[in-house]
Amino acid sequence: MTATRPNTSGTNEEHFQSHYIPSTMDEQAAMLAALGIDSIDQLFTDIPDEFRNPILNLPAPLSELEIQQGLGQMAGKNRPLSSGPSFLGAGSYHHFIPSIVKALITRGEFLTAYTPYQAEASQGTLQVIYEFQTLICNLYGMEVANAGMYDGATSLAEATLMACRVTKREKVVLADTISPAYIDVIRTYCQSQDIAVEVVDPSNPALDNETACLVLQYPNYYGYIEDQKKLVDAAHAQGALAVVSCDPTAMGMLQTPGHYGADIVTGDGQPLGIPTSYGGPYVGLFAAKQEFIRQMPSRLSGRTLDKNGKTGYVLTLQTREQHIRRERATSNICTNEALYALAATIYLAALGKQGMRQVAELCYHKAHYAAAQIGQLPGYSLPINGPFFQEFVVQCPASPTEINKKLMDRNILGGLDVSEKVPNGMLLCVTEMNSKEDIDALVAALSEIK
Amino acid sequence: MQQGGNRQTEKLLLQRSVPGRVGVVLPGLDVPAQPMPANSLLRNELALPELSEPEVVQYFTGLSLKNFSIDTHFYPLGSCTMKYNPKINDEIAFQAGFAGIHPLQPVEQSQGALELLYKLQGFLGEITGLPAVSLATLAGAHGELGGMLMIRAQHLANGETGRLKVAIPDSAHGTNPASAAMAGFEVVELASDNDGNVDLGALRSVAGPDLAGVMITLPSTLGLFDTNILEVCRIVHEAGGLVYGDGANMNALLGRVKLGDLGFDVCHLNLHKTFSTPHGGGGPGAGPVCCTEQLAPYLAAPMVTQNGDSYDLFTPEKSIGKLSGFHGNFGVLVRAYTYIRTLGDAGIKSISGNAVLSANYMMNALRGVYHLPYDRTCMHEAVFSADFQKERGSSGLEIAKRLLDYGFHAPTMYFPLIVHEALMIEPTESETKETIDAFIQALIDIDREVTEDTELVNNAPHTTPVARLDEAKAARQPDLRWQPEAAD
Repeated sequence: MTATRPNTSGTNEEHFQSHYIPSTMDEQAAMLAALGIDSIDQLFTDIPDEFRNPILNLPAPLSELEIQQGLGQMAGKNRPLSSGPSFLGAGSYHHFIPSIVKALITRGEFLTAYTPYQAEASQGTLQVIYEFQTLICNLYGMEVANAGMYDGATSLAEATLMACRVTKREKVVLADTISPAYIDVIRTYCQSQDIAVEVVDPSNPALDNETACLVLQYPNYYGYIEDQKKLVDAAHAQGALAVVSCDPTAMGMLQTPGHYGADIVTGDGQPLGIPTSYGGPYVGLFAAKQEFIRQMPSRLSGRTLDKNGKTGYVLTLQTREQHIRRERATSNICTNEALYALAATIYLAALGKQGMRQVAELCYHKAHYAAAQIGQLPGYSLPINGPFFQEFVVQCPASPTEINKKLMDRNILGGLDVSEKVPNGMLLCVTEMNSKEDIDALVAALSEIK
Repeated sequence: MQQGGNRQTEKLLLQRSVPGRVGVVLPGLDVPAQPMPANSLLRNELALPELSEPEVVQYFTGLSLKNFSIDTHFYPLGSCTMKYNPKINDEIAFQAGFAGIHPLQPVEQSQGALELLYKLQGFLGEITGLPAVSLATLAGAHGELGGMLMIRAQHLANGETGRLKVAIPDSAHGTNPASAAMAGFEVVELASDNDGNVDLGALRSVAGPDLAGVMITLPSTLGLFDTNILEVCRIVHEAGGLVYGDGANMNALLGRVKLGDLGFDVCHLNLHKTFSTPHGGGGPGAGPVCCTEQLAPYLAAPMVTQNGDSYDLFTPEKSIGKLSGFHGNFGVLVRAYTYIRTLGDAGIKSISGNAVLSANYMMNALRGVYHLPYDRTCMHEAVFSADFQKERGSSGLEIAKRLLDYGFHAPTMYFPLIVHEALMIEPTESETKETIDAFIQALIDIDREVTEDTELVNNAPHTTPVARLDEAKAARQPDLRWQPEAAD
């Protein structure tokens, strides 16, 4: 790449004509002349001399062709889920994504717009957020949903802070069956606010009248369906809120957290049309009962009328937010994951009532077929009883990490090693992406690995 | 602007729904059906739309046409750095080798991803002069929270339990005080002096044993490089505090100065501003945190390290912990990496030079037409006041709305809070001189309209899909989701 040439405007700067920056040397010269100066560097003299124009040790520019080749090679060092049977879930799920999702979210009008602060110039984004809020409420059986959070983990952490604000209590109780990563993030969020975090066995959670909330995952991190009604009621009996992190795919068939009386429901929207993408970007889902609306974090789009009586949408109840309320805001969140809230909305619109049910049932039947086969293998067992959705724990005859290496020799990506929870436990996930052939290949491979 | 062709968008998804239509055909069940769970565990209703694929595509395409965006409109929204978002960045991030990998797959199967993250950590450390970098935070405000938790952790590790105050200039973004409060600090507001710099007297008066640190945006939200910055850092450090840098405005400084050289201890970057990743209508972003070696042990987990020829994830020794579910907004990080590799050393410096030149050129052309409360060389953006126009009957809001009729997105309005009727304009380096000249002319024309036809300006916009909206009604009677029983 040699797109540099000497700058004739008398500075020590080389002119670099990037394809992303239109101004030519002549145009720069004309703008500088209008300012009565002759070099760009003269605009930077407020910077202390001794630190201005430091050495910048970065690689030289690359052409787009070189970028395609170089980054294509780098991507080639990774094993995508689509390159062979894959049974890894644990908070990030391999689901079918209709091609219209990418086609629509990459439209420049959506992709390259900012946060919809100028409502008249952002009706597309604002109406999408209103649709998203509607569909997330319906999915979870809740009354209000916001425009989205960063991811499932931060969404749940913000829900615990909100429960403390609502109840004016400073202790949160987490079921030990929620994601260990979510527990870590909740601890990080709570550490500086003097909020106590307790982790308990959900079969008998110790709650008291200082508990702000009981936090559950549904289905839980290990795939199983706990007694939602009993746990929600136990929280309410102590005046605590019930906070539930819920997999949206499971909502294609399972009863909603709202039905059981949950006060705040969060989730990761990744299964709704968003690629696993090594962990992000995803979108955090966040819904609550109407009465808590003024304690909710993040943006809300509301329907209203313009001055001619025409329906339109605006960001609303903004006095909760940091740009108005500053240090007294409900959260510091500003930029969220709007593009992926759009992806989730398109996915839900396309899958719709029938498609969501079909996906959930495909996952359910395939996961149960796989579990039944594996549970019959000598040396393997299913140590956890109870109903599950698309994930389940298998107790293996050897270290799951070692078994996974042998599976990868056959180009099968196994499940997550959860030995810290279940001795030699492997958390397997089966979705609609896994064919019977894939599952049979996994079962056959496990039967050979002992 | 176009308004959705002839595809109507007024009806919402559930109003369009027709029982029996499907938008996706899925494969049939290829395993024997398994026993279903108890009926009590299953839901009965599922109020989602029933639409065919063309209807979904046409509806969302129609909605997209109701947006202003960088690809369709000049978007000089101050402090947001609405620059061109290169298409190659998206293409690279969408490759199966990046978009199709799982965050928990063994590191041996994600070496390419880890290599990219490791190199990006190095690039951002080099650009900021703050060599230790965590990519795990998912937006600017999220990075602020991480950085402030690190400051808190270091003071506590040193036994300094009384450092509970954080000083923040009155010109700061609202996220700064909100993040400091979430990190458990008490916020003290710092006045700005007549030149728009931090008031050193005000700073000295709070620089005591209870000061944890300051949060400084450089250049400030006034678009100005604080000429007292070395003194600010010295005063804070002598008092035992740390200096946090809000990198929202880093587009002005790329290759011109490193925050670490000036004395900053920790900062975040907004990859969705400075490093060209698309805003997506409000996200995703990414807010990596960069810091000194001294603060490095406190960075958020995970980080990436190199061991010989391979790469691995690790948790820093005294880490504040995890702030996100996995490893950060990887797809955004891929785009920023691609951008830095494309521009390279020469191009990175060219960004700041052209961004600052365009902003000064625009500011100079409008001087005298619009009031300039701080009339000195600006950085990447200029902050005007509509005070002259307000005297003639039109506020900053009205001028901003009138710009929409000229086909330009409005500037940031009423921010920073210390400027009356503020209009904060950031042209960025990726706009042509012709566009900037047309925008200047539009603002000159609107100034004339304020005198000649105030009502025309005050009733704007006239050409957008909706006219000015009733925000009071929206807040008083919140309508936040569609329900069948609601009146339509």
